Amino acid sequence: MVYNLAVDVQGMTKRFGSLTAVNHVDLQIRAGEICGFLGPNGSGKTTFIRMLCGLLRPDEGSGTCLSHNVLTGSEAIKREVGYMTQRFSFYEDLSIAENLDFVARMYSVNNRREAVQRSVEQLGLTNRKNQLAGQLSGGWKQRLALAACMIHQPKLLLLDEPTAGVDPKARREFWEEIHQLAGQGLTFLIATHYMDEAERCHRLALIVNGRLLTHGTVAEVIGKASLTTWSVSGPNLLKLAQQLRQRSGVDQAVPFGDILHVSGGDTATLEQAIAPFRTEQYEWHAVESGLEDVFIHLMDSSKENSLP
Amino acid sequence: MRRDRLTFGMMIGIPLIQLTLFGFAINADPKHLPAAVLLADQGPQGRTLLYAIQNSQYFHFIREVKTQAEAQDALARGEVQFVINIPENFTRALLRGQLPSILVEADATDPAATGNALGSLRVLFNTALQNDLKGPLAYLTGTIGPIDLRVHALYNPEAITQYNIVPGLMGVVLTMTMVLITGLAITRERESGTMENLLSMPTRPLEVLIGKIIPYILVGYIQVGLVLLAARFLFHVPMVGNLILLLVVSLVFITANLAIGITISTLAQNQRQAMQMSMFFFLPNIMLSGFMFPFRGMPGWAQVLGEMLPLTHFLRIIRGILLKGNGLNDVALQLWPIALFAAGALTIGVKRYRQTLD
Repeated sequence: MVYNLAVDVQGMTKRFGSLTAVNHVDLQIRAGEICGFLGPNGSGKTTFIRMLCGLLRPDEGSGTCLSHNVLTGSEAIKREVGYMTQRFSFYEDLSIAENLDFVARMYSVNNRREAVQRSVEQLGLTNRKNQLAGQLSGGWKQRLALAACMIHQPKLLLLDEPTAGVDPKARREFWEEIHQLAGQGLTFLIATHYMDEAERCHRLALIVNGRLLTHGTVAEVIGKASLTTWSVSGPNLLKLAQQLRQRSGVDQAVPFGDILHVSGGDTATLEQAIAPFRTEQYEWHAVESGLEDVFIHLMDSSKENSLP
Repeated sequence: MRRDRLTFGMMIGIPLIQLTLFGFAINADPKHLPAAVLLADQGPQGRTLLYAIQNSQYFHFIREVKTQAEAQDALARGEVQFVINIPENFTRALLRGQLPSILVEADATDPAATGNALGSLRVLFNTALQNDLKGPLAYLTGTIGPIDLRVHALYNPEAITQYNIVPGLMGVVLTMTMVLITGLAITRERESGTMENLLSMPTRPLEVLIGKIIPYILVGYIQVGLVLLAARFLFHVPMVGNLILLLVVSLVFITANLAIGITISTLAQNQRQAMQMSMFFFLPNIMLSGFMFPFRGMPGWAQVLGEMLPLTHFLRIIRGILLKGNGLNDVALQLWPIALFAAGALTIGVKRYRQTLD
């Protein structure tokens, strides 16, 4: 493998007026890795991705993307990176084949006709290739967009919420494809909101309010958070949740159907907090914290930290 | 409304522009039209006549020409609107009561510009010499007048308005469509999100802009062809000059308009704004270019504004080529302002076209 680290950036910062959208983010992505990029809306995911592929100029920061300088090498980076925008951004009044052909031309792909043909076949759209892109359903649009941003055989794919609004089956197929491609050596940075998708990534990065909160594999992220979680079932969980939330040591009390997840950062205080409720009425189990519990916990604690 | 400043600007701005243009700039009765004199007779009556002509306010003598060729040249270039010939032996013939003739050659491409001035001449010739023709010469101020006024309405002798309007329409059509189409082209990409995609590809700004311009140059030529066909077969507009020259010159004009469209599209946030800005640009073009109203009828400031618009120069070129048979030398005078404008607009467009989304 040519690159050990596909992405290696430090201190990436972008300000829009008084708002700091991305605040000194360091990120490394190994080649061939799928890196999940998580964070709430407006946390700076899109801005960060745009800085990586040269669409935005960082105010501060340094580093390399596919061993090109992120500040000065955007021409070269653009040739080797595929960027899939959050919104479908191909030409709706062009057909599938025309869209692919246009993109192939823009990247001056060799043997363009064959490349387009191959891409259409891989999409499984050979008999619909003259259909207008605007008439495709959401799932197909996503697949077309992915095919289009891979037609120039990039080494790094930046996907900005690629599965937003796509049904579960299409999402699963989409992820299978991504894993296959990663197996072939492609590197992915995928922004997403979905926890199940996050768990499918090799590594995760969580960004909140422009700051990178945590970074690592799923197990590492959960381990680092050192969050204790209890699951409780019994009658009138809603009332229990309200009571629990008022006690110190309880960070979250989140209902999941018939059970309630109660988590806290400190094991001892959490146990003290739930002690009065450990009656016969309720059934308590210590469980492993889920990714979602960890993320909510991290996001909440970062909010507290940022308060004056 | 508070957040949509441009619409607000339109609502206030368009009436203001119209008020200013219609109220102050437009004048259907143009005066002080530039004229030249070809004076072959030094007699006092000839001088008196010229003073009287100047005093009528309609004519403003800016030069004296020595030869007929020079006179033709000045008319063809549009430097002067009229040439007044005072022939040899004018005074002698006048005093002998021989009804000397005075030839007035007029650039009548725009009949509206010359009509009133020529009309005033007839009245004027009857009265101008009254002071000179006294005593024994008084008999000359008879009912038919002492002078035979011959008017040559050059280029458009029958004063057919279409001959002036239809070629001009070509310029107007190009201005309207070319500016609007390119104005929308890039804002549409930005609105539909495809711009983000386009920017993430390894394209250079100039490539994108040229890619946006070239197809519309073809569209522009189709429009030129349509207007020319209509002019030829529907309106029978005379086509004296070289059509190839016209097509070459059109390229510069089309490019200038496309460049404005590009600049607009880099300024506008969305398609609606691009549309509004195009309107803002179009309105003074219609009013001040000399398309609808005689250019020389406008006050100085309006003429200065008009001179800055490419349409003004293109109208002179196309009317010059079609009606007057102007060649490259005459056209070049009007061509460089258009080229300058195109270069300026394109520079702003390229400068403002951002390669990033910041």
